[in-house]
Amino acid sequence: MSLTFAATVADRGFDVAFELEAGETLAVLGPNGAGKSTLLGLLAGLLAPTAGRAELDGRLLFDVTEGRRVLMEPRHRGVALLAQEALLFPHLTALDNVAFGPRSRGERRRASRSTARRWLERVGVTDLAARRPAELSGGQAQRVAVARALAADPFLLLLDEPLAALDVTVAPALRVLLRNVLAHRSAIIVTHDPLDAFLLADRVLILDSGRVVEAGRTRDVLTRPVTAFGARLAGLNLVAGQRTATGFRAGNGLEVPVGEGTPEGPRLALAVRPARVAVARAPGEEPGWSWIRAVVDDAEHRGDTVRVHAAGLSADVTPADVVELGIEPGAEVFLGLRHHDAVVYPV
Amino acid sequence: MHPRPARPRSAAAGAETARVPRWVVAVAVVGGLFVLLPIAAMALRVDWPRFLPLVSSDSAQAALLLSLRTSLTATALCVVVGVPMALVLARTSFRGQQLVRSLVLLPLVLPPVVGGIALLYTFGRRGLLGSTLGTLGIDIAFSTTAVVMAQTFVALPFLVLSLEGALRTVGTRYEAVGATLGADRWTVLRRITLPLVLPALVSGAVLSFARALGEFGATLTFAGSLEGTTRTLPLEVYLQRETDPDAAVALSLILVVVAVVVVGIAHRVRPLGALRAAPGGSARPPGGHGRLP
Repeated sequence: MSLTFAATVADRGFDVAFELEAGETLAVLGPNGAGKSTLLGLLAGLLAPTAGRAELDGRLLFDVTEGRRVLMEPRHRGVALLAQEALLFPHLTALDNVAFGPRSRGERRRASRSTARRWLERVGVTDLAARRPAELSGGQAQRVAVARALAADPFLLLLDEPLAALDVTVAPALRVLLRNVLAHRSAIIVTHDPLDAFLLADRVLILDSGRVVEAGRTRDVLTRPVTAFGARLAGLNLVAGQRTATGFRAGNGLEVPVGEGTPEGPRLALAVRPARVAVARAPGEEPGWSWIRAVVDDAEHRGDTVRVHAAGLSADVTPADVVELGIEPGAEVFLGLRHHDAVVYPV
Repeated sequence: MHPRPARPRSAAAGAETARVPRWVVAVAVVGGLFVLLPIAAMALRVDWPRFLPLVSSDSAQAALLLSLRTSLTATALCVVVGVPMALVLARTSFRGQQLVRSLVLLPLVLPPVVGGIALLYTFGRRGLLGSTLGTLGIDIAFSTTAVVMAQTFVALPFLVLSLEGALRTVGTRYEAVGATLGADRWTVLRRITLPLVLPALVSGAVLSFARALGEFGATLTFAGSLEGTTRTLPLEVYLQRETDPDAAVALSLILVVVAVVVVGIAHRVRPLGALRAAPGGSARPPGGHGRLP
């Protein structure tokens, strides 16, 4: 009872494989053109792979190899797609939009409408049943679209940046709704917003240029990212380095001792939150700290802190520190971190 | 139809005329007069007291009824054949599609007389298919059937063209959504595609009807001019012009009125909601009367 997927699309340079347990939600992240939409298109049956095989709950979605080409039609797949735009059928009322799936599966008009009414109630827009899509706001339309996708009773729900087109005032309420309806449901959500991944997904898949560059449980990816993209997503500094006799030595010269448990390996990475990186004129004397000399590349104001970039690390300091330390591009400073705040792991 | 946002028509028009050189406006006015003046001149020549008797003479009535009957039949045929043609052109791709599209639109640019001759050499007594049909006891040329075929031949491109354009504008995204919701191809066509392009289908059909009603050259060549059988209104007008110009003018006026009504309908019918403005079909309310959840 799960999804297994492996496919290549030659002309898009797409080559991705992953698995998803039944009832789990997977967040797919990555820069533009990474292949996120291709992934959804392949699952929904709107695109055919050059080669590959996918199975959903024991049913074959596609199996394309040399000399073999099995592609299940979209309508038989039980894969519903919720896009950035609601794409409600403009000529049908909200109720009939939601009833479309049940009707297509052979339910009678009356039964399909009562199914539709239940789903409209579930997403909290019962009072809009008689409205046409042109008479709905963006948030209302997306709620109806959620109801329509779920009323089709899909084995797998695909969400393609479902909140991206909504006002910031409307998105949080819809995110809560999605969190409710996605619980215990197999779903894949493509998103640009890390918050969606944190709140909605059990697993994270990060794509870049059509390949999987990082995959794992959301918690693991957020605490121990292995790619720059994953680190940015998690709001962490990630520095690559090596194991030495005494511990870990980063490419920028930073050295920290590591525990016995840290596996030997040529490639290790250190992760630390920018807020835990100290900036000073001179290295501190306290034990348990490591310091390196660095030249400030850039400083950017972010709400109530200033983020300083130097030696491949980011450090969050207060505006007062910026003035006191004379932080500006080209300035020489010392960056320090407490060993306790850093995590070192193999990548 | 849905409530549509009122366009600031007068403001936009004012801004545009302000940017056009005056001589361009002058030429445009001359062009407009060139179209309108002959219509007005004809209307002025109508013998109003005798108008009713003129248009209700036996021959006029026969021509009018025949024209309506054949044009409606031709329009129906255009819809029956044209909808699948537009769907195939807009939703499939095959080798030589571009060529097929051009050929389908050929009757649009072909002189109708040439179309009539082509039909004659296909369905006429000694035509390509005519001899075979003849042995089966079917004789098409110079019958009412021939009138309908001539009209369909010239009117079909109007429907195909207008519908194909609409199908491309609407796009396939709604159809894809329908398929992922479990609808089979026929259900998608019936419940999504056709309703979405219905306005274009209606305006295409109305244009086809108008073209069929005005058909002259192909009809005369392929069907002849037999009163009550193949003499449609335009043929009657042409014939009366020799013998009774007043009758010709009165009947012409009827065709003008029909044309004005047709243009009115074709102009009014627009795609659903904001479909044309945003092919994706954004669900934003036009007037902001939707409440926040």
